[in-house]
Amino acid sequence: MAVVVYLESQKGTIKKTGFELASYGRAVADALGEQLIGVGFNLQDTKSINPYGMDVLYNVDTPEGSFFNADRYSSTIAGIASKEKAQVIVVSSSADGRYLGPLLSAKLDAAFLSNVVDLPTQYSPLKVKRSCFTNKAFNRTLSQKECNILSLSSNAFGLNEQQGDVEVRSEPYAEATTDLEVTAIDQATDKVSIADADIVVSGGRGLKGPENWHLIEDLASVLDAATACSKPVSDMGWRPHSEHVGQTGKPVASNLYIAIGVSGAIQHLAGINSSKVKVVINNDPEAPFFKAADYGIVGDAFEVVPKLIEKLKARKH
Amino acid sequence: MNILVCISPVPDTTSKINFKEENTAFETLGIQYVINPNDEFGLTRAVHLQQKVGAKVTVVTVGDTSCEPILRKCLAIGADQAIRVDLQPQDGFQVATQLEALCKKTNYDLIITGRESIDYNGGMVGGLLAVHMGIPYVPNCVHLDLSGNDVALEREIDGGKERLKSSLPLIVGAQKGLVEEKDLIIPNMRGIMQARQKPLEVVSPIEVTAATLVEHYEKPPEKGAVKLVDAEDIDGLIDLLTNEAKVL
Repeated sequence: MAVVVYLESQKGTIKKTGFELASYGRAVADALGEQLIGVGFNLQDTKSINPYGMDVLYNVDTPEGSFFNADRYSSTIAGIASKEKAQVIVVSSSADGRYLGPLLSAKLDAAFLSNVVDLPTQYSPLKVKRSCFTNKAFNRTLSQKECNILSLSSNAFGLNEQQGDVEVRSEPYAEATTDLEVTAIDQATDKVSIADADIVVSGGRGLKGPENWHLIEDLASVLDAATACSKPVSDMGWRPHSEHVGQTGKPVASNLYIAIGVSGAIQHLAGINSSKVKVVINNDPEAPFFKAADYGIVGDAFEVVPKLIEKLKARKH
Repeated sequence: MNILVCISPVPDTTSKINFKEENTAFETLGIQYVINPNDEFGLTRAVHLQQKVGAKVTVVTVGDTSCEPILRKCLAIGADQAIRVDLQPQDGFQVATQLEALCKKTNYDLIITGRESIDYNGGMVGGLLAVHMGIPYVPNCVHLDLSGNDVALEREIDGGKERLKSSLPLIVGAQKGLVEEKDLIIPNMRGIMQARQKPLEVVSPIEVTAATLVEHYEKPPEKGAVKLVDAEDIDGLIDLLTNEAKVL
């Protein structure tokens, strides 16, 4: 019996979400008295997982130049999960994690539970807290299956370091079951993505036009933050819709979310509700965002933000 | 060419969420239901393909009679026919299994689901159905072009896009970007009148138990009041974020 976690990586390096998943998986494995097993693809730094108490790590090599392939990845993970008699499999809530989860669930006849925000409160049958209605509420879900795939909301559990000396094994890459093929990836690798960011800086209509976005970008750059925007901003084409956060856009679960000139429509607030600390800068004291924020400044973004950038830069040096 | 668009009625995005029966059920009183926004982007793309390549567009939902106004709206938007599987589903697994039974009776070349429904956010129906049918699945789909049997697609990933190719049959999980907000079709009077005459078939469900059951709901804890900082006191804000919130 085992708990299996899928470790996402970029260019061979395990992502921070991987360490969070390992921390969570360790806690689940301890509760069940089982081994914690990781699965990664083309990892070059397998030792980086050591501080998270993992017992075994399957490192799968895929052909050079190949891309993420949800079908082959999920078949490979499902194969390992079957071999190790996994009872719980944990994936992240990234685009790839939520792609793999349902495929794994179908391949293993397991239940899929998305948006998990805490450790299970019981294991047979498994019961766990999840967010629903796009973070407007939570529920306690009881599984009817023996094997369960959990998609853990990012930043919901955090990191938990401990001793470990992982045993690395190899595993063949499963064959494709469909003809779907990734041909190219267009990804800004120089910028931190909303899903991976500790800090997100977001702009709304209050910025008056795309020509003023340097304020958002400069603030994001000094904070190593990702940039985001509200729905009207993306609908008007000021920013790409990949930056739209909210109920119909991306969810944000960062440590710090700074909203500038965003009024705080209920759909926007739902999407960012999982962020730990929220700061709002808006010249309208009646903006609904002030009710959802932890810290706020009532003021003109065009005056406040440049000062904030300057102070943060000075602080860095 | 046959396109199936899977529709989920969801509470309007402005809805305040409340629960009843000691927090074991969703309070539907006063809730306005709409087509799940992700499904609507998919339906719009399907109607574009209907006009471009002469595809026949069927919409389907798994739900009770209260879902029929939403199906009629889909017909008014441009779908050719509607199917309602007569079951109030408990989870996405049940929905996917019902759809699988339907897809085994009729061949659909392209099946479109939403990336996720905005109420339960499961995001699993497309993926489950794809594996059960043995066909490919592309979620977070922001581009879909057909050329005969070949399909060119784009999937939104964290911080970018992935380009993919495949062939029909195939399932995609639609989202904003597959069509833009401005492309969404608002039904006109002619569409609404025609929708009344279009077929809406009610299908009996097959027997399948849910994989998960929701036992209890809760709302997020009440938040404390915002701490306001003077616009001139930027140092004060940085100090609070550094020493109190500890996020800098």
